[in-house]
Amino acid sequence: MEAALGRAGLWFLILFLAILAIIGAKDAAFAAHATIIALAAFVMIWVTAARYDPLARAQGMFHMPTDPSRYDDDPVRWGVIATMFWGMVGMLAGVFIALQLAYPALNFEPYLNFGRVRPLHTSAVIFAFGGNALIATSFYVVQRTCRARLAFPSLARFVFWGYQLFIVLAASGYLLGVTQSREYAEPEWYVDIWLTIVWVSYGAVFIGTIIRRHEPHIYVANWFYLAFIITVAMLHLVNNLAMPVSLLGSRSYSAFAGVQDALTQWWYGHNAVGFFLTAGFLAMMYYFVPKQAERPIYSYRLSIIHFWSLIFLYIWAGPHHLHYTALPDWAQTLGMVFSVMLWMPSWGGMINGLMTLNGAWDKVRTDPIIRMMVMALAFYGMSTFEGPVLSIKAVNSLSHYTDWTIGHVHSGALGWNGLITFACVYYLVPRLWKRERMFSLRMINWHFWLATIGIVFYAASMWVAGITQGLMWREYGPDGYLVNSFVDTVAALHPMFIMRAFGGGLYLLGGAIMTYNIWMTLKGRIREEAPMSQPEYDPVKDRPIIATPAQVPAE
Amino acid sequence: MSTYDTLRHFADSWALIMMVGTFLTFCLWPFRPGARKRNRDAATLIFKDQNDGE
Repeated sequence: MEAALGRAGLWFLILFLAILAIIGAKDAAFAAHATIIALAAFVMIWVTAARYDPLARAQGMFHMPTDPSRYDDDPVRWGVIATMFWGMVGMLAGVFIALQLAYPALNFEPYLNFGRVRPLHTSAVIFAFGGNALIATSFYVVQRTCRARLAFPSLARFVFWGYQLFIVLAASGYLLGVTQSREYAEPEWYVDIWLTIVWVSYGAVFIGTIIRRHEPHIYVANWFYLAFIITVAMLHLVNNLAMPVSLLGSRSYSAFAGVQDALTQWWYGHNAVGFFLTAGFLAMMYYFVPKQAERPIYSYRLSIIHFWSLIFLYIWAGPHHLHYTALPDWAQTLGMVFSVMLWMPSWGGMINGLMTLNGAWDKVRTDPIIRMMVMALAFYGMSTFEGPVLSIKAVNSLSHYTDWTIGHVHSGALGWNGLITFACVYYLVPRLWKRERMFSLRMINWHFWLATIGIVFYAASMWVAGITQGLMWREYGPDGYLVNSFVDTVAALHPMFIMRAFGGGLYLLGGAIMTYNIWMTLKGRIREEAPMSQPEYDPVKDRPIIATPAQVPAE
Repeated sequence: MSTYDTLRHFADSWALIMMVGTFLTFCLWPFRPGARKRNRDAATLIFKDQNDGE
């Protein structure tokens, strides 16, 4: 009772401070964020005081099994649901801004214009969809590979809910116009501090579980997760060094100036790709691909070389985002050289994943989850080849600032990150909810094809758009003047923008089918359907081979 | 010499050698004699008992 009273008192203090912050706020956006905190604190007081357990109710709503099991899977289940929810939000925002580019009338001022919804889209898909998938799968994998329960159960729950609060504050901030205008690090100083607290807790839970392991070896997937957690912490801290204008205002100024600021930003930006979207998702690949294929990883040695090469090379590749800028030439060349070298370990990892299926290639035909994983690895290979090519200065002089970059990013994000996450969620849901299998395997197949065709539309239209743009921008007439104005290029790209939105729409449709499939699985339903492949039966051929005796001449 | 010069000469000499040395050691470590069994055990540890002992 006293403990409950103490908790309620703590929430009341937070509510009180939040109300003070609303009153003293220097700008409307800060007041709005303080209101969100106050509301959250109010709900928590109500929960503590009324002994009403909304979590148990919500667990009932999502049909979560409550019986105690060997592993602590509750945060993983919540993570899977959050992954799906934010994934749909982020993809919907993506299709919306794709349509805005094709039809500018869709810019609803001021809250839903392109400039505000675009960071909402990128953060929702990278940090909300990808981040929740990484947290959920890392909690699942670390327990299985260490044969130990999560180290600090209540801290693990704090990580999940604290991360959701970070997402809500970031997303609402973008729509209200709060940004520190650093790409993929737009949230302002107070949201950054909150994320730091959540992230350190995440590291504590993960590392604590590894320390308590009952398995002598630390499986390679955990190495990748660990690299992801530690490096993202370092990147986040350095890139967000800033001085707030007021402790009650949503505005701050960076600790760096000029080209140093730009380089810090792209050191962060490229390693967000390298350690968030690559190392973290490779960790998923190194556990779930062997598990689904039921074969160990092709070469454990290769996986270790893959790991150390990524760690040692990725961190230097950032300057390729600043070719032909005020950055010193040697730094640009350094970034380019390291980006080109990255091609080798990336393909080593792709080969390692694909060759795991050696001797089980028939599963690509019969198992739609394996099919999705193979396609994800293929896109990992394609985008890690395209990336080094784009980082070469001569190529970059054509491709930089064009839609080719957008196409490259999406072949990686939709093809690699999206498909591997979907495959892992399809693997996890029946196991976490103790179901026999997914509601429908054929729907997974539908999802696979919609997503793949969607990516083809997206990437192909952006290649054409990017090269068109690049060539039009650099076209000189005989009199030495530029031939095209910027608006000419925009008009030329209109058909490609529509094709891109169509591809994104197909991808979103695949996501909607997945959401339905998962919801039905949660309810415990199994769709009656023809199996994915059936051996053909021909009764005529179904007979023993009778050796017809050679005609023996009469004696 | 300025601090910048001192640091950058250190960075492209001793620090570089150290980094390359560390990198090569890490990469060659799983190829040391006797590591074959450890690698195989590590690769198959995710398949120990049905459904991870649940």
